[in-house]
Amino acid sequence: MKGLRKLLDSAKPNFEKGAKFGKLHSLFDALETLAFVPNRVTKSGAHIRDAIDMKRTMIVVVLAMVPALLFGMWNVGHFHFQALGQLDQKTFWEIFWFGFLKVLPIILVSYVTGLTIEIIFAQIRNHDVPEGFFVTGFLIPLIMPVDVPLWMVAIATAFAVIIGVEVFGGAGMNILNPALTARAFLFFSYPSWMSGDKVWVSGLSEMDKVADGFTGETIMGMYAQAPAGVTPSIPYSPLEMFLGTIPGSIGETSTLAILIGAAILIWTGIGSWKIIVSVFGGGLLMGYILNLFAVNPYMQVDAWEHLLLGGFAFGAVFMATDPVSATQTERGKWIYGFLIGLLAILIRVLNPAYPEGVMLAILLMNVFAPLIDHYVVEANIKKRKKRLQASNS
Amino acid sequence: MSDREPLFSSKNLKLLKDPLGADNPITVQVLGICSALAVTVKLEPSIVMALSVTIVLAASNVVISLMRHYIPPRIRIIVQLTVIATMVILVDQFLKAYAYDVSKQLSVFVGLIITNCIIMGRLEAFALGNKPWPSFLDGIGNGAGYGIILIIVAFFRELLGSGTIFGFPLFEKIGLYKIGYENNGLMILPPMALITVGIIIWVQRSRNKDLIETH
Repeated sequence: MKGLRKLLDSAKPNFEKGAKFGKLHSLFDALETLAFVPNRVTKSGAHIRDAIDMKRTMIVVVLAMVPALLFGMWNVGHFHFQALGQLDQKTFWEIFWFGFLKVLPIILVSYVTGLTIEIIFAQIRNHDVPEGFFVTGFLIPLIMPVDVPLWMVAIATAFAVIIGVEVFGGAGMNILNPALTARAFLFFSYPSWMSGDKVWVSGLSEMDKVADGFTGETIMGMYAQAPAGVTPSIPYSPLEMFLGTIPGSIGETSTLAILIGAAILIWTGIGSWKIIVSVFGGGLLMGYILNLFAVNPYMQVDAWEHLLLGGFAFGAVFMATDPVSATQTERGKWIYGFLIGLLAILIRVLNPAYPEGVMLAILLMNVFAPLIDHYVVEANIKKRKKRLQASNS
Repeated sequence: MSDREPLFSSKNLKLLKDPLGADNPITVQVLGICSALAVTVKLEPSIVMALSVTIVLAASNVVISLMRHYIPPRIRIIVQLTVIATMVILVDQFLKAYAYDVSKQLSVFVGLIITNCIIMGRLEAFALGNKPWPSFLDGIGNGAGYGIILIIVAFFRELLGSGTIFGFPLFEKIGLYKIGYENNGLMILPPMALITVGIIIWVQRSRNKDLIETH
């Protein structure tokens, strides 16, 4: 550590304003503050003192996502070999290694594209390289189908960083969650790569023949594709849904791994437990409402089972809690999360065009978050005014 | 009237040139956005649309300018609408007679030129207070400014959304699909037109800092 500090100190003068590499100051600063907590103090404006700064916060979020990522890697290999019918010949490590090699390039492409653009913007606009992409770059691979072409990941990341974030003035000013912006971009641009029954299992679209009885369709897809009035037979038990051995985007399948992440986020106080709880509550309520009508097999699915499917848990824990695009007021968080859960299940079950509704529900509520905050604040002002009048009269 | 100014005096040229850049009806005045989103999926209909709007705008500007002393102010909007509607019907019938395919592609949007805010805006802001010749130039200039943006947007939407230019399969000819490229389905949907216009506005304002609002 001391050697690194010495190296940085000796290089520092070269990156000061006006020096040889003055233009690259923000890049150097980003690297230095990544390695060491900065020793500067804020000079103007209001600021909050805390034991950890933005970079340390972001690292905790990334750590919370690691269980979901590791499980996702194993699951990629698991379904690939299951499709080939070779699952019982492979060891645990062979399965994991296959998935690791599939997922790693997506992570690298996402980080390289996003950070390059962020650094270029930081140099042009003369500000520090923002920390936000640290998490976004990790989220993007987790919500992709494993077979997505890498150039699409690059385009989607660039779109999310430029149109989703930089246009609004950089990290912290964005209206929408950048990782979901990337996914929505791909979803509408290249629908054949983002939905259907072939994309969730690595290599499935190129396999000549698959093992008997194997299907790469997601559970939501099975319900959505089933002919009217026929209850599809789901080859997965609720326990498998909870553990995550079901097809889906890389990081979203294992509710267990996501709950471990949720525990880390809540324990460190970085993710809002109110949002997480209210998203699950909203989803559960919508599930029960649909159970009441239950006119088709999809509406008869047990309400609690919906929470284990698709990206619901992942969205609730890692997407809805994004502090920039979520509501800021405490009461607003309850409303915001509740509506996300409600809408996600509503879109999932009732709209045949979108087999999964979590992404669209969160993006929609991102847009409404400032409005919710506005009314919560207004209501509070009104209440206090009334109290003032009552005490005056 | 003794010292007549030349037809293309610098003042008149400014009427032609300003709408192309610093006073563009779409990117600066932010008018006529709806049709810019609707017809720009392909280049051909966009160019026809741009020409139609330019002709309607120039003709209505001249007519209103000629009548400007006789229009009672309280009913001027009705008079303006009557003039615009007449011109639009003429253009619509002309397209149906001589360019039926494009007319079918544009469908209802030719008729909707009547509601294009640029036309009413120019009649109110310019033709009602100026002579016919400057009004004509103003109409041509604003029509061209509208058209340029339409064509730029349509170029990117057709190229990236369908891989063609004027229907010519460019990406297929240079073999992009063979190396795994795919057309971007989002480019064909209206939101991407809005984003493309937004990017043009962004580029224009970062080149011309005078256009940036400060408040």
